[in-house]
Amino acid sequence: MKVLVAVKRVIDYNVKIRVKADHSDVDLTNVKMAMNPFCEIAVEEAVRLKERGVATEVVAVTIGPKAAQEQLRTALALGADRAVHVETEERVESLAAAKLLAKVVEEEQPQLVILGKQAIDTDNNQTGQMLAALAGLPQGTFASEVAVEGDKLQVTREIDGGLQTVELTLPAIVTTDLRLNEPRYAKLPDIMKAKKKPLDVKSPADLGVEVASKLTLLKVESPAERKGGIKVGSVDELVDKLKNEAKVL
Amino acid sequence: MSVLVLAEHHDGILVGATAHVVAAAKAIGGDVDILVAGENVGAVAEAAAKLDGVAKVRVADHAVYAHQLAEPMGALLAELAGDYSHVLAAASTTGKNVLPRVAALKDVSQISEIVEVVDADTFKRPIYAGNAIATVKSADSLKVITVRSTGFDAVAAGGSAAIEAVDFVADNAQSTFVKQELAESDRPELAAAKVVISGGRGMGSGENFKLLDGIADKLGAAIGASRAAVDAGFVPNDMQVGQTGKIVAPELYIAVGISGAIQHLAGMKDSKVIVAINKDEEAPIFQVADYGLVGDLFEILPELESKL
Ligand SMILES: Cc1cc2nc3c(=O)[nH]c(=O)nc-3n(C[C@H](O)[C@H](O)[C@H](O)COP(=O)(O)OP(=O)(O)OC[C@H]3O[C@@H](n4cnc5c(N)ncnc54)[C@H](O)[C@@H]3O)c2cc1C
Ligand SMILES: Nc1ncnc2c1ncn2[C@@H]1O[C@H](COP(=O)(O)O)[C@@H](O)[C@H]1O
Repeated sequence: MKVLVAVKRVIDYNVKIRVKADHSDVDLTNVKMAMNPFCEIAVEEAVRLKERGVATEVVAVTIGPKAAQEQLRTALALGADRAVHVETEERVESLAAAKLLAKVVEEEQPQLVILGKQAIDTDNNQTGQMLAALAGLPQGTFASEVAVEGDKLQVTREIDGGLQTVELTLPAIVTTDLRLNEPRYAKLPDIMKAKKKPLDVKSPADLGVEVASKLTLLKVESPAERKGGIKVGSVDELVDKLKNEAKVL
Repeated sequence: MSVLVLAEHHDGILVGATAHVVAAAKAIGGDVDILVAGENVGAVAEAAAKLDGVAKVRVADHAVYAHQLAEPMGALLAELAGDYSHVLAAASTTGKNVLPRVAALKDVSQISEIVEVVDADTFKRPIYAGNAIATVKSADSLKVITVRSTGFDAVAAGGSAAIEAVDFVADNAQSTFVKQELAESDRPELAAAKVVISGGRGMGSGENFKLLDGIADKLGAAIGASRAAVDAGFVPNDMQVGQTGKIVAPELYIAVGISGAIQHLAGMKDSKVIVAINKDEEAPIFQVADYGLVGDLFEILPELESKL
Protein backbone atom coordinates (compact mmCIF):
# COMPACT_ATOMS: atom_id res chain seq x y z
CA MET A 1 0.00 0.00 0.00
CA LYS A 2 1.04 3.55 -0.66
CA VAL A 3 1.52 5.91 2.30
CA LEU A 4 1.49 9.70 1.97
CA VAL A 5 3.15 11.76 4.71
CA ALA A 6 2.61 15.51 5.12
CA VAL A 7 5.54 17.41 6.59
CA LYS A 8 5.68 21.07 7.53
CA ARG A 9 8.66 23.37 7.84
CA VAL A 10 8.47 25.21 11.15
CA ILE A 11 10.70 26.98 13.63
CA ASP A 12 12.99 24.54 15.48
CA TYR A 13 11.29 23.51 18.71
CA ASN A 14 14.28 24.63 20.81
CA VAL A 15 14.17 28.22 19.61
CA LYS A 16 12.57 30.86 21.79
CA ILE A 17 10.67 33.11 19.42
CA ARG A 18 10.55 36.88 19.37
CA VAL A 19 7.66 39.08 18.33
CA LYS A 20 8.42 41.74 15.69
CA ALA A 21 8.61 45.29 16.97
CA ASP A 22 5.68 46.35 14.77
CA HIS A 23 3.57 43.46 16.16
CA SER A 24 2.81 42.22 12.65
CA ASP A 25 4.05 38.69 13.31
CA VAL A 26 6.73 36.57 14.90
CA ASP A 27 10.26 37.37 13.72
CA LEU A 28 11.60 34.43 11.71
CA THR A 29 14.65 36.09 10.16
CA ASN A 30 17.77 34.00 10.73
CA VAL A 31 15.88 31.61 12.95
CA LYS A 32 16.70 27.91 12.80
CA MET A 33 13.97 26.01 10.96
CA ALA A 34 13.25 22.29 11.05
CA MET A 35 10.67 19.64 10.32
CA ASN A 36 7.71 19.90 12.70
CA PRO A 37 8.39 17.27 15.43
CA PHE A 38 5.01 15.61 14.94
CA CYS A 39 5.81 15.27 11.22
CA GLU A 40 9.08 13.52 12.09
CA ILE A 41 6.97 11.01 13.98
CA ALA A 42 4.70 10.69 10.92
CA VAL A 43 7.65 9.99 8.60
CA GLU A 44 9.06 7.46 11.06
CA GLU A 45 5.76 5.59 11.21
CA ALA A 46 5.48 5.45 7.41
CA VAL A 47 9.06 4.22 7.09
CA ARG A 48 8.47 1.53 9.73
CA LEU A 49 5.38 0.37 7.83
CA LYS A 50 7.57 0.03 4.77
CA GLU A 51 10.28 -1.82 6.68
CA ARG A 52 7.62 -4.24 7.94
CA GLY A 53 6.49 -4.84 4.37
CA VAL A 54 3.08 -3.25 4.97
CA ALA A 55 3.77 -0.15 2.89
CA THR A 56 5.18 -0.43 -0.61
CA GLU A 57 5.88 3.25 -1.22
CA VAL A 58 6.22 6.31 1.00
CA VAL A 59 5.59 9.72 -0.55
CA ALA A 60 6.39 12.89 1.43
CA VAL A 61 4.56 16.11 0.65
CA THR A 62 4.99 19.66 1.85
CA ILE A 63 3.35 22.98 1.11
CA GLY A 64 5.53 26.01 1.57
CA PRO A 65 8.33 28.18 0.27
CA LYS A 66 11.31 26.96 -1.76
CA ALA A 67 13.29 26.38 1.44
CA ALA A 68 10.75 23.75 2.56
CA GLN A 69 12.53 21.38 0.17
CA GLU A 70 15.08 20.94 2.97
CA GLN A 71 12.40 19.20 5.01
CA LEU A 72 11.43 17.04 2.04
CA ARG A 73 15.08 16.03 1.63
CA THR A 74 15.12 15.14 5.32
CA ALA A 75 12.05 12.96 4.82
CA LEU A 76 13.75 11.30 1.84
CA ALA A 77 16.89 10.71 3.90
CA LEU A 78 14.76 9.12 6.60
CA GLY A 79 13.35 6.65 4.08
CA ALA A 80 10.61 8.24 1.98
CA ASP A 81 10.83 7.14 -1.67
CA ARG A 82 9.84 10.38 -3.37
CA ALA A 83 8.54 13.81 -2.58
CA VAL A 84 6.00 16.36 -3.75
CA HIS A 85 6.54 20.06 -3.11
CA VAL A 86 3.58 22.39 -3.47
CA GLU A 87 5.49 25.62 -3.70
CA THR A 88 4.05 28.93 -2.51
CA GLU A 89 5.46 31.94 -0.72
CA GLU A 90 2.04 32.82 0.71
CA ARG A 91 0.93 32.10 4.28
CA VAL A 92 -0.99 28.83 4.05
CA GLU A 93 -3.71 28.35 6.66
CA SER A 94 -4.77 24.84 7.65
CA LEU A 95 -7.89 24.89 5.46
CA ALA A 96 -5.86 25.72 2.33
CA ALA A 97 -3.22 23.15 3.30
CA ALA A 98 -5.97 20.56 3.69
CA LYS A 99 -7.44 21.46 0.29
CA LEU A 100 -4.05 21.15 -1.38
CA LEU A 101 -3.38 17.86 0.39
CA ALA A 102 -6.82 16.61 -0.69
CA LYS A 103 -5.80 17.24 -4.32
CA VAL A 104 -2.54 15.39 -3.81
CA VAL A 105 -4.50 12.53 -2.24
CA GLU A 106 -6.79 12.49 -5.27
CA GLU A 107 -3.79 12.24 -7.59
CA GLU A 108 -1.74 9.79 -5.57
CA GLN A 109 -4.55 7.59 -4.20
CA PRO A 110 -2.68 6.53 -1.05
CA GLN A 111 -4.25 3.97 1.30
CA LEU A 112 -2.99 5.84 4.31
CA VAL A 113 -2.10 9.48 4.93
CA ILE A 114 -0.10 10.35 8.05
CA LEU A 115 0.16 13.90 9.37
CA GLY A 116 1.34 15.44 12.60
CA LYS A 117 -1.40 16.21 15.12
CA GLN A 118 -0.25 19.79 15.42
CA ALA A 119 2.23 22.18 13.85
CA ILE A 120 4.21 23.77 16.68
CA ASP A 121 4.14 27.24 15.09
CA THR A 122 0.42 27.95 14.79
CA ASP A 123 -0.56 25.17 17.24
CA ASN A 124 -3.65 24.72 15.05
CA ASN A 125 -4.29 20.98 15.28
CA GLN A 126 -6.68 21.06 12.32
CA THR A 127 -5.17 19.98 9.00
CA GLY A 128 -5.51 16.19 9.29
CA GLN A 129 -9.13 16.40 10.41
CA MET A 130 -9.93 18.88 7.62
CA LEU A 131 -8.24 16.69 5.04
CA ALA A 132 -10.26 13.70 6.26
CA ALA A 133 -13.51 15.63 5.89
CA LEU A 134 -12.61 17.00 2.43
CA ALA A 135 -11.48 13.60 1.17
CA GLY A 136 -14.50 11.90 2.74
CA LEU A 137 -12.24 9.61 4.76
CA PRO A 138 -12.22 8.40 8.37
CA GLN A 139 -9.62 9.73 10.78
CA GLY A 140 -7.56 8.41 13.67
CA THR A 141 -6.18 11.49 15.38
CA PHE A 142 -3.58 11.76 18.18
CA ALA A 143 -2.39 8.22 17.45
CA SER A 144 -0.11 6.38 19.85
CA GLU A 145 -0.41 3.06 18.02
CA VAL A 146 -1.37 2.14 14.46
CA ALA A 147 -1.95 -1.38 13.14
CA VAL A 148 -3.01 -2.34 9.63
CA GLU A 149 -5.24 -5.41 9.72
CA GLY A 150 -6.31 -6.47 6.23
CA ASP A 151 -8.44 -3.70 4.79
CA LYS A 152 -8.89 -2.07 8.20
CA LEU A 153 -6.79 0.13 10.41
CA GLN A 154 -6.76 0.04 14.21
CA VAL A 155 -5.71 3.29 15.79
CA THR A 156 -5.10 3.82 19.51
CA ARG A 157 -5.70 7.47 20.32
CA GLU A 158 -4.46 9.60 23.21
CA ILE A 159 -7.60 11.24 24.57
CA ASP A 160 -8.18 13.43 27.62
CA GLY A 161 -9.19 10.57 29.89
CA GLY A 162 -6.72 7.94 28.66
CA LEU A 163 -6.64 5.83 25.50
CA GLN A 164 -9.29 5.01 22.92
CA THR A 165 -9.05 2.48 20.11
CA VAL A 166 -11.03 2.90 16.89
CA GLU A 167 -11.17 0.80 13.76
CA LEU A 168 -11.22 2.61 10.43
CA THR A 169 -11.85 1.50 6.88
CA LEU A 170 -8.97 2.18 4.49
CA PRO A 171 -8.04 4.55 2.98
CA ALA A 172 -7.77 6.60 6.17
CA ILE A 173 -6.11 9.63 7.71
CA VAL A 174 -3.92 9.37 10.83
CA THR A 175 -2.41 12.17 12.91
CA THR A 176 0.49 11.40 15.21
CA ASP A 177 0.88 11.95 18.94
CA LEU A 178 4.19 11.96 20.81
CA ARG A 179 4.14 8.33 21.92
CA LEU A 180 3.60 6.77 18.47
CA ASN A 181 7.31 6.15 17.99
CA GLU A 182 10.75 7.62 18.52
CA PRO A 183 12.02 9.05 15.23
CA ARG A 184 15.47 8.00 14.02
CA TYR A 185 18.17 10.39 12.87
CA ALA A 186 19.15 10.54 9.22
CA LYS A 187 22.55 8.94 8.51
CA LEU A 188 25.06 10.71 6.31
CA PRO A 189 24.99 8.16 3.43
CA ASP A 190 21.18 8.38 3.43
CA ILE A 191 21.37 12.16 3.29
CA MET A 192 23.59 11.82 0.21
CA LYS A 193 21.25 9.28 -1.40
CA ALA A 194 18.26 11.49 -0.68
CA LYS A 195 19.64 14.15 -3.01
CA LYS A 196 19.01 11.81 -5.94
CA LYS A 197 15.49 10.77 -5.03
CA PRO A 198 12.67 12.25 -7.15
CA LEU A 199 11.12 15.52 -5.98
CA ASP A 200 8.20 16.93 -7.93
CA VAL A 201 7.32 20.62 -7.73
CA LYS A 202 3.79 21.92 -8.28
CA SER A 203 2.02 25.18 -7.63
CA PRO A 204 -1.33 25.65 -5.87
CA ALA A 205 -2.65 26.79 -9.27
CA ASP A 206 -1.61 23.43 -10.81
CA LEU A 207 -3.83 21.82 -8.21
CA GLY A 208 -6.61 24.36 -8.73
CA VAL A 209 -6.63 25.59 -5.14
CA GLU A 210 -6.91 29.18 -3.95
CA VAL A 211 -4.54 29.69 -1.00
CA ALA A 212 -5.90 33.04 0.21
CA SER A 213 -7.73 32.79 3.53
CA LYS A 214 -10.56 34.71 5.15
CA LEU A 215 -8.57 34.90 8.37
CA THR A 216 -6.49 38.03 8.90
CA LEU A 217 -3.70 38.21 11.40
CA LEU A 218 -4.26 41.62 12.96
CA LYS A 219 -1.60 41.61 15.62
CA VAL A 220 0.94 39.45 17.40
CA GLU A 221 1.96 40.31 20.95
CA SER A 222 4.19 38.87 23.62
CA PRO A 223 2.24 37.25 26.43
CA ALA A 224 2.14 38.91 29.83
CA GLU A 225 5.48 38.21 31.52
CA ARG A 226 5.44 36.58 34.92
CA LYS A 227 7.41 38.59 37.40
CA GLY A 228 10.32 36.65 38.77
CA GLY A 229 9.68 35.18 42.18
CA ILE A 230 11.94 34.34 45.06
CA LYS A 231 13.85 31.33 46.28
CA VAL A 232 12.89 30.08 49.71
CA GLY A 233 15.40 28.44 51.99
CA SER A 234 13.36 25.68 53.57
CA VAL A 235 10.12 23.75 53.50
CA ASP A 236 8.97 25.72 56.56
CA GLU A 237 9.50 28.99 54.75
CA LEU A 238 7.67 27.67 51.68
CA VAL A 239 4.64 26.58 53.69
CA ASP A 240 4.62 29.91 55.54
CA LYS A 241 4.74 31.91 52.28
CA LEU A 242 1.99 29.84 50.69
CA LYS A 243 -0.22 30.32 53.76
CA ASN A 244 0.44 33.91 54.69
CA GLU A 245 1.70 35.67 51.56
CA ALA A 246 0.15 33.88 48.59
CA LYS A 247 -2.82 32.71 50.70
CA VAL A 248 -3.33 29.60 48.61
CA LEU A 249 -3.26 27.07 51.45
CA MET B 1 -26.11 36.25 15.72
CA SER B 2 -26.48 32.85 17.33
CA VAL B 3 -23.98 30.45 18.76
CA LEU B 4 -24.05 26.66 18.95
CA VAL B 5 -21.93 25.10 21.69
CA LEU B 6 -21.01 21.44 21.55
CA ALA B 7 -21.44 19.94 25.02
CA GLU B 8 -18.51 17.99 26.41
CA HIS B 9 -19.56 14.92 28.36
CA HIS B 10 -18.55 11.42 29.32
CA ASP B 11 -20.17 8.60 31.29
CA GLY B 12 -23.45 10.48 31.30
CA ILE B 13 -21.96 13.53 33.02
CA LEU B 14 -21.63 17.03 31.62
CA VAL B 15 -17.97 18.01 31.82
CA GLY B 16 -17.06 21.31 33.47
CA ALA B 17 -15.39 22.65 30.33
CA THR B 18 -18.82 23.20 28.75
CA ALA B 19 -19.64 25.99 31.22
CA HIS B 20 -16.44 27.77 30.17
CA VAL B 21 -17.33 27.45 26.48
CA VAL B 22 -20.79 28.88 27.18
CA ALA B 23 -19.04 31.85 28.80
CA ALA B 24 -17.08 32.40 25.58
CA ALA B 25 -20.33 32.10 23.62
CA LYS B 26 -21.95 34.76 25.81
CA ALA B 27 -18.98 37.05 25.20
CA ILE B 28 -19.64 36.71 21.46
CA GLY B 29 -23.30 37.60 21.97
CA GLY B 30 -26.63 36.48 20.55
CA ASP B 31 -28.60 33.37 21.45
CA VAL B 32 -26.62 30.45 22.80
CA ASP B 33 -27.79 26.91 22.08
CA ILE B 34 -26.09 23.74 23.27
CA LEU B 35 -25.85 20.53 21.31
CA VAL B 36 -25.67 17.35 23.34
CA ALA B 37 -24.83 14.41 21.10
CA GLY B 38 -24.34 10.86 22.29
CA GLU B 39 -26.27 7.80 23.35
CA ASN B 40 -28.53 7.95 26.43
CA VAL B 41 -27.61 11.52 27.15
CA GLY B 42 -30.85 12.68 28.79
CA ALA B 43 -29.12 13.54 32.05
CA VAL B 44 -26.41 15.47 30.22
CA ALA B 45 -29.06 17.50 28.40
CA GLU B 46 -30.75 18.33 31.70
CA ALA B 47 -27.47 19.49 33.22
CA ALA B 48 -26.75 21.57 30.11
CA ALA B 49 -30.20 23.19 30.30
CA LYS B 50 -29.30 24.60 33.71
CA LEU B 51 -26.29 26.57 32.48
CA ASP B 52 -26.88 30.31 32.65
CA GLY B 53 -27.55 32.09 29.39
CA VAL B 54 -28.52 29.05 27.34
CA ALA B 55 -31.58 29.49 25.12
CA LYS B 56 -32.09 25.92 24.01
CA VAL B 57 -30.52 22.49 24.36
CA ARG B 58 -30.65 20.35 21.23
CA VAL B 59 -30.23 16.65 21.83
CA ALA B 60 -29.05 14.13 19.26
CA ASP B 61 -29.48 10.88 21.14
CA HIS B 62 -28.59 7.93 18.93
CA ALA B 63 -26.22 4.96 18.89
CA VAL B 64 -24.31 6.48 15.95
CA TYR B 65 -23.15 9.28 18.27
CA ALA B 66 -22.01 6.97 21.06
CA HIS B 67 -18.33 7.64 21.86
CA GLN B 68 -18.66 10.80 19.78
CA LEU B 69 -16.66 9.51 16.84
CA ALA B 70 -15.45 12.30 14.59
CA GLU B 71 -17.15 11.22 11.37
CA PRO B 72 -20.81 11.22 12.50
CA MET B 73 -20.25 14.11 14.92
CA GLY B 74 -18.74 16.23 12.15
CA ALA B 75 -21.65 15.45 9.84
CA LEU B 76 -24.19 16.30 12.57
CA LEU B 77 -22.60 19.64 13.42
CA ALA B 78 -22.22 20.55 9.75
CA GLU B 79 -25.93 19.78 9.31
CA LEU B 80 -26.92 22.07 12.21
CA ALA B 81 -24.35 24.80 11.58
CA GLY B 82 -26.55 26.49 8.95
CA ASP B 83 -28.72 27.89 11.78
CA TYR B 84 -25.79 29.63 13.48
CA SER B 85 -23.11 32.30 13.06
CA HIS B 86 -20.67 30.53 15.39
CA VAL B 87 -20.02 26.92 16.37
CA LEU B 88 -17.94 26.45 19.52
CA ALA B 89 -16.45 23.49 21.35
CA ALA B 90 -13.95 23.03 24.13
CA ALA B 91 -10.34 22.60 23.04
CA SER B 92 -10.51 19.07 24.43
CA THR B 93 -9.47 15.98 22.53
CA THR B 94 -13.13 15.65 21.48
CA GLY B 95 -13.48 19.24 20.31
CA LYS B 96 -10.14 19.13 18.51
CA ASN B 97 -11.08 15.87 16.82
CA VAL B 98 -14.49 16.97 15.58
CA LEU B 99 -14.53 20.72 14.90
CA PRO B 100 -11.99 20.93 12.06
CA ARG B 101 -14.16 18.47 10.13
CA VAL B 102 -17.12 20.81 10.57
CA ALA B 103 -15.05 23.77 9.36
CA ALA B 104 -13.84 21.87 6.29
CA LEU B 105 -17.34 20.61 5.44
CA LYS B 106 -18.60 24.20 5.62
CA ASP B 107 -15.55 25.53 3.73
CA VAL B 108 -14.50 27.92 6.50
CA SER B 109 -11.36 28.29 8.61
CA GLN B 110 -11.22 27.14 12.20
CA ILE B 111 -9.90 29.35 14.94
CA SER B 112 -8.24 27.09 17.51
CA GLU B 113 -8.01 27.55 21.28
CA ILE B 114 -9.19 31.11 21.70
CA VAL B 115 -8.46 32.70 25.07
CA GLU B 116 -10.30 35.97 24.49
CA VAL B 117 -13.23 37.29 22.48
CA VAL B 118 -12.46 40.78 21.16
CA ASP B 119 -15.68 41.01 19.17
CA ALA B 120 -17.88 38.59 17.25
CA ASP B 121 -15.30 38.30 14.43
CA THR B 122 -12.05 38.86 16.33
CA PHE B 123 -10.33 36.58 18.78
CA LYS B 124 -7.06 36.14 20.64
CA ARG B 125 -5.23 32.85 20.66
CA PRO B 126 -1.80 31.69 21.77
CA ILE B 127 0.66 30.52 19.10
CA TYR B 128 4.23 29.15 19.31
CA ALA B 129 3.59 27.33 22.60
CA GLY B 130 2.06 30.43 24.13
CA ASN B 131 5.14 32.55 23.47
CA ALA B 132 3.03 34.89 21.35
CA ILE B 133 -0.61 35.88 21.37
CA ALA B 134 -2.21 36.38 17.97
CA THR B 135 -5.27 38.52 17.33
CA VAL B 136 -7.13 37.10 14.34
CA LYS B 137 -10.18 38.37 12.50
CA SER B 138 -12.39 36.10 10.46
CA ALA B 139 -14.41 37.19 7.43
CA ASP B 140 -16.08 33.80 7.12
CA SER B 141 -19.86 33.76 7.43
CA LEU B 142 -19.61 30.92 9.92
CA LYS B 143 -16.98 30.92 12.64
CA VAL B 144 -15.83 27.54 13.89
CA ILE B 145 -13.92 27.92 17.12
CA THR B 146 -12.38 25.83 19.88
CA VAL B 147 -12.12 27.46 23.29
CA ARG B 148 -9.38 27.13 25.86
CA SER B 149 -11.25 26.75 29.16
CA THR B 150 -8.68 28.61 31.22
CA GLY B 151 -9.43 31.79 29.25
CA PHE B 152 -13.06 32.06 30.39
CA ASP B 153 -14.71 31.82 33.80
CA ALA B 154 -17.44 29.18 33.88
CA VAL B 155 -21.05 30.36 33.83
CA ALA B 156 -23.18 29.41 36.82
CA ALA B 157 -25.94 26.82 36.75
CA GLY B 158 -29.17 28.64 37.52
CA GLY B 159 -30.95 28.50 34.16
CA SER B 160 -33.70 26.32 32.71
CA ALA B 161 -33.44 26.16 28.95
CA ALA B 162 -35.85 24.26 26.74
CA ILE B 163 -34.73 20.84 25.54
CA GLU B 164 -35.56 19.67 22.03
CA ALA B 165 -34.65 16.59 20.04
CA VAL B 166 -32.60 16.63 16.84
CA ASP B 167 -33.75 14.04 14.31
CA PHE B 168 -30.75 14.04 12.02
CA VAL B 169 -28.96 10.70 12.10
CA ALA B 170 -25.57 10.61 10.40
CA ASP B 171 -24.45 7.43 8.63
CA ASN B 172 -21.12 6.07 9.57
CA ALA B 173 -19.71 3.07 7.78
CA GLN B 174 -16.12 4.23 8.17
CA SER B 175 -15.21 4.13 11.83
CA THR B 176 -16.12 1.93 14.77
CA PHE B 177 -15.35 2.17 18.43
CA VAL B 178 -13.25 -0.74 19.67
CA LYS B 179 -12.34 0.03 23.27
CA GLN B 180 -11.37 2.68 25.75
CA GLU B 181 -8.99 2.52 28.69
CA LEU B 182 -9.67 5.44 30.95
CA ALA B 183 -7.53 6.30 33.92
CA GLU B 184 -9.46 5.81 37.16
CA SER B 185 -8.87 8.43 39.78
CA ASP B 186 -10.65 9.84 42.80
CA ARG B 187 -8.74 13.07 42.39
CA PRO B 188 -10.16 16.17 40.72
CA GLU B 189 -9.76 16.52 36.97
CA LEU B 190 -6.51 18.20 35.97
CA ALA B 191 -8.26 20.94 34.03
CA ALA B 192 -10.63 21.79 36.88
CA ALA B 193 -8.42 21.36 39.97
CA LYS B 194 -7.60 24.36 42.19
CA VAL B 195 -4.24 22.82 43.00
CA VAL B 196 -2.05 20.76 40.67
CA ILE B 197 1.15 19.01 41.65
CA SER B 198 3.19 17.66 38.73
CA GLY B 199 6.20 15.40 38.58
CA GLY B 200 8.88 15.27 35.92
CA ARG B 201 11.79 13.08 34.91
CA GLY B 202 13.39 13.94 38.25
CA MET B 203 10.83 11.68 39.97
CA GLY B 204 12.92 8.79 38.67
CA SER B 205 10.15 6.18 38.43
CA GLY B 206 6.41 5.62 38.43
CA GLU B 207 6.71 4.18 41.93
CA ASN B 208 8.17 7.46 43.18
CA PHE B 209 5.09 9.35 41.98
CA LYS B 210 3.51 7.99 45.19
CA LEU B 211 5.53 10.68 46.96
CA LEU B 212 3.10 13.17 45.44
CA ASP B 213 -0.02 11.31 46.61
CA GLY B 214 0.05 12.35 50.27
CA ILE B 215 0.55 15.99 49.34
CA ALA B 216 -2.18 15.81 46.71
CA ASP B 217 -4.53 14.26 49.30
CA LYS B 218 -3.89 17.06 51.75
CA LEU B 219 -4.33 19.80 49.16
CA GLY B 220 -7.16 18.22 47.18
CA ALA B 221 -4.85 18.45 44.21
CA ALA B 222 -4.81 16.80 40.80
CA ILE B 223 -1.55 15.15 39.75
CA GLY B 224 0.10 16.06 36.46
CA ALA B 225 3.36 15.26 34.73
CA SER B 226 5.86 16.46 32.17
CA ARG B 227 6.21 14.81 28.80
CA ALA B 228 9.49 13.21 29.90
CA ALA B 229 7.70 11.47 32.79
CA VAL B 230 4.99 10.19 30.44
CA ASP B 231 7.45 9.09 27.74
CA ALA B 232 9.47 7.23 30.36
CA GLY B 233 6.32 5.31 31.28
CA PHE B 234 6.16 6.65 34.85
CA VAL B 235 2.53 7.75 34.39
CA PRO B 236 -0.17 7.61 31.68
CA ASN B 237 -0.51 10.11 28.81
CA ASP B 238 -3.61 11.81 30.18
CA MET B 239 -1.45 13.38 32.91
CA GLN B 240 0.79 15.34 30.52
CA VAL B 241 0.67 19.10 31.03
CA GLY B 242 1.98 21.33 28.25
CA GLN B 243 1.81 22.68 24.72
CA THR B 244 0.66 19.36 23.38
CA GLY B 245 -0.95 18.00 26.53
CA LYS B 246 -3.36 19.60 28.99
CA ILE B 247 -3.50 23.30 29.72
CA VAL B 248 -4.04 24.13 33.37
CA ALA B 249 -4.30 27.38 35.32
CA PRO B 250 -4.93 26.45 38.97
CA GLU B 251 -4.56 28.67 42.02
CA LEU B 252 -1.43 26.73 42.90
CA TYR B 253 0.85 24.69 40.63
CA ILE B 254 3.73 22.74 42.16
CA ALA B 255 6.36 21.50 39.70
CA VAL B 256 8.58 18.79 41.12
CA GLY B 257 11.67 17.57 39.25
CA ILE B 258 10.61 19.43 36.12
CA SER B 259 13.19 21.56 34.29
CA GLY B 260 10.73 24.00 32.73
CA ALA B 261 11.03 23.50 28.96
CA ILE B 262 8.93 25.98 26.93
CA GLN B 263 6.59 23.16 25.95
CA HIS B 264 5.86 22.45 29.61
CA LEU B 265 5.53 26.12 30.56
CA ALA B 266 2.97 26.51 27.77
CA GLY B 267 0.62 24.33 29.78
CA MET B 268 0.93 25.89 33.22
CA LYS B 269 2.37 29.40 33.17
CA ASP B 270 -1.04 31.02 33.63
CA SER B 271 -1.34 29.40 37.06
CA LYS B 272 -1.88 31.94 39.83
CA VAL B 273 0.98 30.80 42.06
CA ILE B 274 3.79 28.54 40.87
CA VAL B 275 6.10 26.59 43.16
CA ALA B 276 9.16 24.80 41.79
CA ILE B 277 11.15 22.11 43.56
CA ASN B 278 14.32 21.23 41.72
CA LYS B 279 17.87 20.32 42.70
CA ASP B 280 19.35 22.43 39.88
CA GLU B 281 19.25 26.08 40.87
CA GLU B 282 19.73 27.06 37.22
CA ALA B 283 16.63 25.17 36.03
CA PRO B 284 14.47 27.45 33.82
CA ILE B 285 11.38 26.57 35.86
CA PHE B 286 12.67 28.96 38.53
CA GLN B 287 12.23 31.87 36.08
CA VAL B 288 8.46 31.47 36.22
CA ALA B 289 8.16 30.23 39.81
CA ASP B 290 6.84 32.54 42.52
CA TYR B 291 8.51 30.34 45.11
CA GLY B 292 11.49 28.19 44.26
CA LEU B 293 12.99 25.61 46.56
CA VAL B 294 16.37 24.23 45.52
CA GLY B 295 17.01 20.74 46.79
CA ASP B 296 16.49 17.02 46.47
CA LEU B 297 12.83 16.19 45.96
CA PHE B 298 13.26 12.90 47.81
CA GLU B 299 14.03 14.85 50.98
CA ILE B 300 11.70 17.78 50.36
CA LEU B 301 8.49 15.92 49.48
CA PRO B 302 8.17 13.86 52.70
CA GLU B 303 8.94 16.96 54.77
CA LEU B 304 6.40 19.03 52.83
CA GLU B 305 3.74 16.37 53.30
CA SER B 306 4.32 16.30 57.05
CA LYS B 307 4.17 20.08 57.38
CA LEU B 308 1.00 20.74 55.42
C1 LIG C 1 6.74 18.66 19.86
C2 LIG C 1 7.03 18.64 21.31
C3 LIG C 1 5.98 18.72 22.20
C4 LIG C 1 6.22 18.69 23.56
N1 LIG C 1 5.16 18.79 24.41
C5 LIG C 1 5.39 18.78 25.74
C6 LIG C 1 4.31 18.92 26.67
O1 LIG C 1 3.14 19.06 26.29
N2 LIG C 1 4.60 18.89 28.00
C7 LIG C 1 5.88 18.74 28.47
O2 LIG C 1 6.08 18.71 29.70
N3 LIG C 1 6.90 18.62 27.61
C8 LIG C 1 6.68 18.62 26.26
N4 LIG C 1 7.74 18.46 25.43
C9 LIG C 1 9.06 18.07 25.99
C10 LIG C 1 9.89 19.21 26.54
O3 LIG C 1 10.64 19.80 25.51
C11 LIG C 1 10.86 18.66 27.61
O4 LIG C 1 11.66 17.65 27.03
C12 LIG C 1 10.17 18.06 28.84
O5 LIG C 1 9.20 18.98 29.33
C13 LIG C 1 11.18 17.74 29.90
O6 LIG C 1 10.57 17.11 31.01
P1 LIG C 1 11.22 17.22 32.46
O7 LIG C 1 11.32 18.63 32.85
O8 LIG C 1 10.45 16.30 33.34
O9 LIG C 1 12.64 16.53 32.24
P2 LIG C 1 14.10 17.17 32.28
O10 LIG C 1 14.20 18.31 31.36
O11 LIG C 1 15.02 16.02 32.13
O12 LIG C 1 14.20 17.77 33.75
C14 LIG C 1 14.27 16.99 34.89
C15 LIG C 1 14.53 17.95 36.05
O13 LIG C 1 14.48 17.23 37.27
C16 LIG C 1 15.48 17.76 38.13
N5 LIG C 1 15.82 16.70 39.10
C17 LIG C 1 16.38 15.49 38.84
N6 LIG C 1 16.51 14.79 39.98
C18 LIG C 1 16.04 15.56 40.99
C19 LIG C 1 15.91 15.39 42.40
N7 LIG C 1 16.30 14.26 43.00
N8 LIG C 1 15.39 16.41 43.12
C20 LIG C 1 15.00 17.57 42.52
N9 LIG C 1 15.09 17.77 41.19
C21 LIG C 1 15.61 16.79 40.44
C22 LIG C 1 16.62 18.13 37.22
O14 LIG C 1 17.44 19.13 37.83
C23 LIG C 1 15.89 18.65 35.98
O15 LIG C 1 15.69 20.04 36.04
C24 LIG C 1 7.53 18.54 24.05
C25 LIG C 1 8.59 18.48 23.16
C26 LIG C 1 8.36 18.53 21.80
C27 LIG C 1 9.50 18.47 20.85
N1 LIG D 1 2.09 23.60 4.90
C1 LIG D 1 2.00 22.31 5.19
N2 LIG D 1 2.65 21.38 4.44
C2 LIG D 1 2.58 20.06 4.73
N3 LIG D 1 1.89 19.58 5.76
C3 LIG D 1 1.22 20.44 6.55
C4 LIG D 1 1.24 21.84 6.31
N4 LIG D 1 0.50 22.43 7.27
C5 LIG D 1 0.05 21.44 8.08
N5 LIG D 1 0.49 20.24 7.64
C6 LIG D 1 0.26 18.91 8.25
O1 LIG D 1 -0.76 19.00 9.20
C7 LIG D 1 -0.26 18.74 10.52
C8 LIG D 1 -1.01 19.56 11.53
O2 LIG D 1 -0.86 20.94 11.27
P1 LIG D 1 -1.83 22.05 11.88
O3 LIG D 1 -3.21 21.58 11.65
O4 LIG D 1 -1.49 23.28 11.12
O5 LIG D 1 -1.48 22.15 13.33
C9 LIG D 1 1.24 18.98 10.41
O6 LIG D 1 1.95 18.25 11.39
C10 LIG D 1 1.51 18.46 9.00
O7 LIG D 1 1.56 17.04 8.97
